Amino acid sequence: MATVAVVTARAGRRAELALMGLTWVIVVLARALVDYNAAYLELVDLAIYGAVWAAMMVTAHFVLDKVAPHADPVLLPAVFALNGVGIAEIRRIDYAEGTSFGGQQMIWAVVGVTAMIVALLLLRDHRKLRRYTYTAGFVGLALYLLPLVPGLGITVNGARIWISVLGHSVQPGEFAKIALVIFFAGYLVTNRDTLALAGPKFLGMRFPRPRDMGPLLLVWAAAMLIMVYERDLGASLLFFGIFLGMLYIATQRLSWVLTGMGLFFIGGAFAALTIPHVRARFDAWLHALDPEVYSSGTSEQLVRGLFGMASGGLFGTGLGEGRPDLVPYAESDFIIASLGEELGLTGLMAILTLYLIIVQRAFRTSIGVRDGFGKLLAGGLGVAIALQVFIVVGGVTRVIPLTGLTAPFLAYGGSSLLANWLVIALLLRVSDLARRPSGEED
Amino acid sequence: MSELSITLLRFGFLILLWALVLSAIGVLRADLYGTRVTARGRGRDKRKPEPRANKVAAPSRSATGIRTGSISTGADAVGHLAVVTGALKGTTIPLGTAPILIGRSPTCTLVIDDDYCSAKHCRIFPEEGGWRIEDLGSTNGTFLDNQRVGDPMPFKRGDQVRLGATTLELRS
Repeated sequence: MATVAVVTARAGRRAELALMGLTWVIVVLARALVDYNAAYLELVDLAIYGAVWAAMMVTAHFVLDKVAPHADPVLLPAVFALNGVGIAEIRRIDYAEGTSFGGQQMIWAVVGVTAMIVALLLLRDHRKLRRYTYTAGFVGLALYLLPLVPGLGITVNGARIWISVLGHSVQPGEFAKIALVIFFAGYLVTNRDTLALAGPKFLGMRFPRPRDMGPLLLVWAAAMLIMVYERDLGASLLFFGIFLGMLYIATQRLSWVLTGMGLFFIGGAFAALTIPHVRARFDAWLHALDPEVYSSGTSEQLVRGLFGMASGGLFGTGLGEGRPDLVPYAESDFIIASLGEELGLTGLMAILTLYLIIVQRAFRTSIGVRDGFGKLLAGGLGVAIALQVFIVVGGVTRVIPLTGLTAPFLAYGGSSLLANWLVIALLLRVSDLARRPSGEED
Repeated sequence: MSELSITLLRFGFLILLWALVLSAIGVLRADLYGTRVTARGRGRDKRKPEPRANKVAAPSRSATGIRTGSISTGADAVGHLAVVTGALKGTTIPLGTAPILIGRSPTCTLVIDDDYCSAKHCRIFPEEGGWRIEDLGSTNGTFLDNQRVGDPMPFKRGDQVRLGATTLELRS
C-alpha cells in the first residue's frame, strides 16, 4: 500500500542571500558598463548606487527573515535582477536621449521595495483578503474605468489608460490587476462547484451549461468595454486572460478556456474591423514590413525594434554600445527590444528565464498552499505575470499585435513597478504559508 | 580600459546573468518539498479506509492525522474531536495546536458531505489553554448544547456540537 510522506521545505534564507549577492554584482556591473560606454564613469556615484541596492536587498532579506521566514528563496533575487537590469538599460537610453527616466525609475524601485515590505508587515495572512472579495472586485473595476472619467483621464498615443493625479500620470490598470485577482480568487473559490457542473457534450468535451455562462459573459463584456472605450487591447486581453486562467485552475475544465478564447477572438476580430485604432494595430502587425504601412508610420516602431534585435544577434552589441534609442519608447514599451539589441538573444533568454522562474514559483506556491483561496490567488498572480510578459514580448517580436502593456519590472513606469512589487509581496506571503511545515503556526 | 577588457566584461555580464539563472534553478532543485508517495508502506495500516473517509481532504489528513473507524490511541494527543452521529460517525481527529475547520468545502480539515452544512461551517481553535468554537456564518447554524453559536464560545470536554446531521463531541 502506498504511503504519503510529507517533505518539508527548507527555509532557504541563506540560499536567497547568496543569490542576492550575485544579483547585486549583476546590477552594479550593468550600470558600470552603461556609464563607462557613455564615458561617464564616476566611482563615487557608482558606490552610492551600489550601496542603495545593497541596502534594499539586505533590508528585504531581513524583513523576510522576520515576517515570512519560509517564503520562497528565489523570487526576490530574480525580481531584483530584472529591476536592476531594467534601470541600467533605461539609464543607457537616457544618455542617448538626454532624458532622466533612469533616476526616476530608481526612486520608484525604492518605493516599490518599501511598499513590498510594508505590505508584508501589514498582511500577516493572505486569507484575510478573502473578506474583501467584493470590495476588491468593485475597486478593480473602478480602477479600470477611472481613465474614462472626463477631466481625470488622459489620452496618450490613442489609448486612454492614464489618469492625472497631482501632476503625475498614473496607470490605474496596473493596480486593478491585483484587485481583480483577489476578487476572482474569492469569487471562484465560493462558486466553482456551480461553474464546474457539466453541460452538453460537444467535440468530445463537456461544455458548461448555458445558464452558468453569466460570469464569463460579464467579464467578457467588461473586457470589450476596455478595448472599445480605452482602446487598450493589452489591458483587455490581460484582464480577460487572468479570468480565464483562474477559471481553469478553479474548475479544471478546458471547455471554459476554449469558450472564452472563442468569445474574445470574436470580439477582437469585430474590434479590428470596426475601430480604426485597433485596425491600425492589426495592420501594423500583419503587414509590418509592407512599405506602405511602414511609411505611414504605424509599424515604424515595431520594425525598428525588430531591426534592433537583429543587429544584436546572438551575444548583443554590449550594454551602451548599440542604438536602441532609434526605437520610439525604447525605455518603456520597447525595453525588450532594447535589451535584445544590447544583450543579444543570450541575454534576452536569460531575462525570459528569470520571468519563467518567477511564474513557476507562483504556480508551485499555488500547488503547495493548503487553502483554496490561496491556491487561486497565487495561481492567478502567476497567470497575470506570465500573460503580461507574453503580451509584451509577443507584441515586440510580432507574434501578436503590439499593445501598450509594459514588461514587468523592466520597463520604465512607476505604476507598473509599484504594482508588480505588490504582486511579489502577495506571492511571498502565500509562499510563506505554503512552505511552512504543517502544524507550525505563528 | 582596453578593447579586450570591454569585450570580456560584455561577455562576463552575460555569463553572470546565466550564472544567476542557473544557480536559482539549482536552489530550486535542492528545494523539493510537498508530499512524496512511496509504493510500499511499513504495514502499519493494512485496512482499506472506508469509502466515506476518502471524502476527507488528503493533505489535511496527513497534517492533522485524522483516523477513521477507530479511537485514537496516541498517548500524546491531549484530546480529540469525535463524530458521534452523521455520515462520518466514528471518525476522530486528534487535536494538536492547529485550528480545525469544518464544512463541506474540500479545503476543510473535516469535510462533511451534508446538504445542511455550509462550505465553511464552523471552526474550532485553541485559546487560553482550552478550545473555542465559532460559527463562520453558516446557513443552518451550529448548535452547542442546543444553543446557537455565533461569536466564539468555549468548547469543553464532553460538550456536543450539532451541525446539519452531524454531532461532534470533544473527548479527552
